[in-house]
Amino acid sequence: MAKKAKKNNDMAESVEVSKTAAIIMTIVFIILAVIFLFPILLVLMNSFKNKLYISEQPFSLPGGETFAGLSNYIGGLAKTGFFSAALNSAIITILSVILIVVLTSMTAWWLTRVKSKFSSVLYYLFVFAMIVPFQMVMFTLSKVTDILNLGNPIGIVIVYVGFGAGQAVFMFAGFVKSIPISLEEAAMLDGCTPIQTFFLVVFPILKPTAITVAILNAMWVWNDYLLPLLVLKSDYQTIPIAVQYLKGGYGSVDMGAMMGMLVLAIVPIVVVYLLCQKHIIKGVAAGAVKG
Amino acid sequence: MQKAYKKYFAVFVLPTLLAFTVFFIIPFVMGIVLSFCKFTTVTNARFVGVTNYIKAFSNADFLNALGFTTKFTIVSVITINVIAFAIAYGLTRGIKGTNFFRTTFFMPNLIGGIVLGYIWQLMINAVLANFDVTITSDAKYGFWGLVILMNWQLIGYMMIIYIAAIQNIPGELIEAAKIDGATKTQTMFKVIIPMAMPSITICLFLSLTNAFKLFDQNLALTAGAPSRKTAGLALDIYTTFYNRNGWEGVGQAKAVVFFIIVGAVSMLQLYITRKREVEE
Repeated sequence: MAKKAKKNNDMAESVEVSKTAAIIMTIVFIILAVIFLFPILLVLMNSFKNKLYISEQPFSLPGGETFAGLSNYIGGLAKTGFFSAALNSAIITILSVILIVVLTSMTAWWLTRVKSKFSSVLYYLFVFAMIVPFQMVMFTLSKVTDILNLGNPIGIVIVYVGFGAGQAVFMFAGFVKSIPISLEEAAMLDGCTPIQTFFLVVFPILKPTAITVAILNAMWVWNDYLLPLLVLKSDYQTIPIAVQYLKGGYGSVDMGAMMGMLVLAIVPIVVVYLLCQKHIIKGVAAGAVKG
Repeated sequence: MQKAYKKYFAVFVLPTLLAFTVFFIIPFVMGIVLSFCKFTTVTNARFVGVTNYIKAFSNADFLNALGFTTKFTIVSVITINVIAFAIAYGLTRGIKGTNFFRTTFFMPNLIGGIVLGYIWQLMINAVLANFDVTITSDAKYGFWGLVILMNWQLIGYMMIIYIAAIQNIPGELIEAAKIDGATKTQTMFKVIIPMAMPSITICLFLSLTNAFKLFDQNLALTAGAPSRKTAGLALDIYTTFYNRNGWEGVGQAKAVVFFIIVGAVSMLQLYITRKREVEE
């Protein structure tokens, strides 16, 4: 399916709609777009409102006595240590994604090229890991990471490699199968070691899949809440943990601080999305082509 | 060549395999063993047979969570896929602004579950305030709130996959159907949907597993309130583990049951929809 996707848009030409239909559809889509954007705009609007008015007049614009300036942001930052959480999130996401892409592509290539009982058993173990819900292993996993003392932003990266390996190996293996082996044979004849062959010949061909794997894993790791909550020592937070932390135990939530932090949590995502939109959308479409 | 490669096992496979073994296989196996034990930490486990499973299935919260998750999954999988397919179909008709709409509809997918949960908590409470209730006043608000949230999050993702699939259908097929006098409905159900079946398999699989495993959104939106009535399976398992002393074994047994259900349901779905894919 991925290969065919690039062919053309010939469907679009044969099914273009009449002018009136196009206008009606455009109007429907505009309404839908407003519905899709509204919740985010509502949070943005309320982040500038005094917290007492957020639950009372959620739909009114901030102004006059309801306007709170940046106090929600300042209060939220003071309560959560948001910036160090954002830094942790960034470190964990970047390192995990790089390690996952490099290590699992190597593994997938070896498993596909070396045909043996062992390699196919291993491959199916990776595939199996994809359907296991996190709750199944969360308690024991957090004990293992405790014993190994991995509850810091660097240690957790290895945990992500182990836990993300299943899907990534599966996606790379699917692509490796389509690479003609003759290229590698030529490289070997020219005197490349298998390591050189992989990094100089195979990996460049894997690039589209590598981008897809990177995007899907970045989305996962950046937004992940439960795994870092259980694995990281309590002095380390990530963005989702910092946001949830505002909720605290019982008692009421500081809605102002919450709105401010929600906006700060959304901004980096929107910026990255608008910059890499094409790659992200392509990557998601290609990533769906599973076995 | 195989021989040359084989020697490089330690370079290519070992690092991934080590991480995979330590952080997935060992916890998984330990998880199964511990589901038959009573324990508070891994070191003081004591074998108790199927007691944990009996306790799990006689636990009202667990049965309620099972019902909640099942209902939630059915409703959201249907709504997400129908709406996403309809949008994808509309966005492949060559109207202006297609790119803008696609970008907008996909965006919520990038926002994490915890943040999404609080965005919708504000949104839903804002609407419900007109009726003097909040999202936690009644389980039905929480349920439908989660359904709406899940639709908002996943429609864009499924739409992207459906758009790629619809664009892949050869134009000649649609032309041929037209010439043969097929109506629009017939073309949709006899040509477009069968041709898009592989993508439907994938989207059903993705939305099904996502809905079943739902945790972050559930925790942030209602945290199970009122009185654990809006807690799905994943949230119930978490609560059993961490908020109820002495119930760790039961939590683990619930997790094993959860794993078996997720595995069985997704395999069954793949099997059924795969059979309906058009042979190429």
